Amino acid sequence: MESRRNPRAVVDPKVRQVGFFTSSQPDSSSTQQQQQQTDPIPASASSPPVSTISPSGNSLSPVMIPPPRLNSSDTFPLRGAAAGASSAVSPSSFSYSNRRDFPDGSTTASPGRHSRGSFVKSSTPVASSLPGIGMDSMAAAKSSSVPASGLTTVSVVTMPPGLAEKASGMEVQSDQKKNPKSLKEKTTKAERRAIQEAQRAAKAAAKADGGKVPPGTSASVASTSVKVAKPAKPSTQKNEVSVAAGVTEKKGGPSEKDRKKDAPHPRMQYDDESRVVKAKRRAVVKQTEAKNRVELFRHLPQYEHGTQLPDLETKFFQLDPMHPAVYKVGLQYLSGDISGGNARCIAMLQAFQEVVKDYSTPPEKNLNRDMTAKISSYVSFLIECRPLSISMGNAIRFVKNRIAKLPITLSESEAKAALQSDIERFINDKIIGADMVIVKHAVTKIRDGDVLLTYGSPTAVEMILLHAHELKKKFRVLVVDSRPKLEGQLLLRRLIKRGISCTYTHINAISYIMHEVTKVFLGASSVLSNGTVYSRVGTACVAMVASAFRVPVLVCCEAYKFHERVQLDSICSNELGDPNAISKVHGREDINYLDGLTNNANLQFLNLMYDATPSDYISMIITDYGMVPPTSVPVIVREYQKEHLLV
Amino acid sequence: MWRRSPSFILDRTSSSPPMAADTTRTPIQNPDSISAYYQTRAAHHGVITSEWLSQAQAAVGGVVSGDEHPVSSLNELGNEKSFNVIEEFNSWRKQPDLAEAVAAIRALAAVIRASEATTMMELEIELKKASDTLKSWDKTSISLTAGCDLFIRYVTRTSALEYEDFNSAKSRLLERAEKFGEISCKARRIIAMLSQDFIFDGCTILVHGLSRVVLEILKTAAQNNKLFRVLCTEGRPDGTGVLLSSELSKLDIPVKLLLDSAVAYSMDEVDMVFVGADGVVESGGIINMMGTYQIALVAHSMNKPVYVAAESYKFARLYPLDQKDMAPALRPIEFGLKIPTKVEVERSARDYTPPQYLTLLFTDLGVLSPSVVSDELIQLYL
Repeated sequence: MESRRNPRAVVDPKVRQVGFFTSSQPDSSSTQQQQQQTDPIPASASSPPVSTISPSGNSLSPVMIPPPRLNSSDTFPLRGAAAGASSAVSPSSFSYSNRRDFPDGSTTASPGRHSRGSFVKSSTPVASSLPGIGMDSMAAAKSSSVPASGLTTVSVVTMPPGLAEKASGMEVQSDQKKNPKSLKEKTTKAERRAIQEAQRAAKAAAKADGGKVPPGTSASVASTSVKVAKPAKPSTQKNEVSVAAGVTEKKGGPSEKDRKKDAPHPRMQYDDESRVVKAKRRAVVKQTEAKNRVELFRHLPQYEHGTQLPDLETKFFQLDPMHPAVYKVGLQYLSGDISGGNARCIAMLQAFQEVVKDYSTPPEKNLNRDMTAKISSYVSFLIECRPLSISMGNAIRFVKNRIAKLPITLSESEAKAALQSDIERFINDKIIGADMVIVKHAVTKIRDGDVLLTYGSPTAVEMILLHAHELKKKFRVLVVDSRPKLEGQLLLRRLIKRGISCTYTHINAISYIMHEVTKVFLGASSVLSNGTVYSRVGTACVAMVASAFRVPVLVCCEAYKFHERVQLDSICSNELGDPNAISKVHGREDINYLDGLTNNANLQFLNLMYDATPSDYISMIITDYGMVPPTSVPVIVREYQKEHLLV
Repeated sequence: MWRRSPSFILDRTSSSPPMAADTTRTPIQNPDSISAYYQTRAAHHGVITSEWLSQAQAAVGGVVSGDEHPVSSLNELGNEKSFNVIEEFNSWRKQPDLAEAVAAIRALAAVIRASEATTMMELEIELKKASDTLKSWDKTSISLTAGCDLFIRYVTRTSALEYEDFNSAKSRLLERAEKFGEISCKARRIIAMLSQDFIFDGCTILVHGLSRVVLEILKTAAQNNKLFRVLCTEGRPDGTGVLLSSELSKLDIPVKLLLDSAVAYSMDEVDMVFVGADGVVESGGIINMMGTYQIALVAHSMNKPVYVAAESYKFARLYPLDQKDMAPALRPIEFGLKIPTKVEVERSARDYTPPQYLTLLFTDLGVLSPSVVSDELIQLYL
């Protein structure tokens, strides 16, 4: 039983990262000892590499970040400090930097290397990311006093094998920027490096000292992590010195890479500080990040709403490469004027059509390549305005594919015409035409006397209901809605205007109302290849209640929104909305109890935009290829993708 | 269910008017509201014997030559096409061993043979019209609809046809039609072979309905000297189980006859359930003789596997959401006692079993899990 309880700890999300930390030589022995104490099974002790990754070793791993929810008294101040990043010397900064390092993309690196690499970075990015907050001055001040100590530690510590070169490379890069330029002239490279190391060591020492001070250090884990961290750090420094020659060569590498991946990755992890900083440097839209983000959703971008619009408007004339049509669409996304998967996708494609129309190949450039690059930069602008939906991703893939496949023999005007008609055809066939087919299929499932429930304001479902009404079918509609968007009211308005009998309710009443429903029609933002439906938040709830009442759930989704990705929850990929939208109720000043609490460190708002409905709750997916069970989405994806490329 | 008032009301109203609407729309609709498909099934049940089956086995190969006559004679009459097709179809359908879909395929092949069209397009339109009349003739038969659709796909979806002159293209079409008919006949054999791995010595099999495929499976198992026991449900109102059990007893297979209501009682001793299917729908569920759903439910709750034996021409592009989501197939039911006129009688001949209650489907495409059905259908029709 004891052995069964240990693994439980791993389930805790914070502790999961232990998988990345195998022991470096010195601390592995200690973990093993402790492990033997806790773990009654001798087998795990006999195989060290496995045991260090194993959950039992984890609770003692020196590098483990204290799980915040274990000592909740500690976490809140930490989080506040982390978000504010007010002072680098505060006790929180250490755990903050660690936490940030965890999701750093280098999953290919072996666990051991990653653990060490993370320490190196833990000291630097704070400095590089916050150039304005006095880090430079502090570092400069320390540089005079501490160099000796830094150097001594280097000599004392033995160097563990196989260090994270990538990490050191990044460090070098950031250091280079930090260094005052005057140093460069006087000192040799080695000297400069030594000074840097010293500065860093001093900083780390100051931090570590600070880390022991705070009164609330209930977690013994935290203190151990600090202790072990110290010996580990100089070792990396020494290694760095030894590979310094190599590093200088590598310096050119990352910056080039930077340029290449001009667009931020659509699924960028926003809790990875270094990447966020990089992305910000490139960003056109200066978004202020919201404070107090919910722990589990830190990897998603969340911005203060409404701050960037005026800023962007003033910038209009400075953004020379941006096409006005794209710019307009971006602003419309930003302000929420265009919402809904199809509307957003069509707007984007039409903007791209404009782009193609006004395009002329610059001299000595290839149309295919230059246009692709242009589209990429536009897409990255649109991402900054609002994260892409999966359907838009598919549409962009289509456009890029068409550009790439343009025969080189075509003249520019011909190529442009071909592209424009391709995009036009995509809009007509895959979006508008698909909706027609979906309506045709879905109407066959509506019988006289049905009570249909729908949630939110899916366009496809609206078309179905209107068409069924035109066919003189007798049915009733239940529109279920939810705060804060209240999109259902719009749908309700349009349905009532046509004379359809409707009932309007909020999602709170779903379990009461469900027993009289005969069919549930839902829309979807995307359908993933395991049959999961990714849709407006609340959809999963409706589908689950419906399936509990044994009411069939029909999801209407165009096939261009299908994606081969598999997603099991709505956490890893989602979109965060404006937190103010849920904290305030418009027109109800009397119940705005949260006024003035929005920046409180103890309060986080979570306004999720989407959720994932498991395929078990879905009876049927209606798509332009007919009515299919959720299990055969992969077949459609396969067939569709083939066709998609051939179109 | 009772709480869902609208569907309850709908059930009431639908029992009479929809049929009337159907008959007015299609003039060639069979006379009364009774499902032709189930009528033929019932008629066949009366005559299916081992002699019939052995004769049918022989017919698989040589049947074409023997029945050439009615085709030509009908053509000479020069009647309108729709009449022609249905007569043809009915003449084929009389053979008890010939599945409805195969009969339809043969009938459509005859249409090609008799056609006076001079272009491919004309022929295709003619074929389409013929299959439409066939389909509208008996809307309740899923395998008929599916067979027609499949045949049209199979015959017309070939790029090779475009390059040839009309006569060779036509003969090629006929070739394909013959081949398709043969494949359909062979399907039963293939399924019987595939299913042998699932029947182990000492097992007890519950069978519901009189399915020719299931009978073939059990017969093959007996020929392979497998030792097993069969429980047959009675199969009211046709008494299908009585017929099946008499067939099996001729093969020296130990058989026990059950009341339809005794399924749950005896499910404990059952190792697996075998059923046939009138149609396999896109969700992977099946439409079969009334009672299949409840047997599947009982078996599912007791963790017994439910195996379905169905030829691939029974795969239909249908997607019922629940029991009422199909065109009702009605048939007369005798209760023995006199029933007061105020009492309603549920006369539906079939029910829909959702895929989550099925374990595997034995088809001539292989042994499939229910979710694969949709994949096959998508690949076939898209």
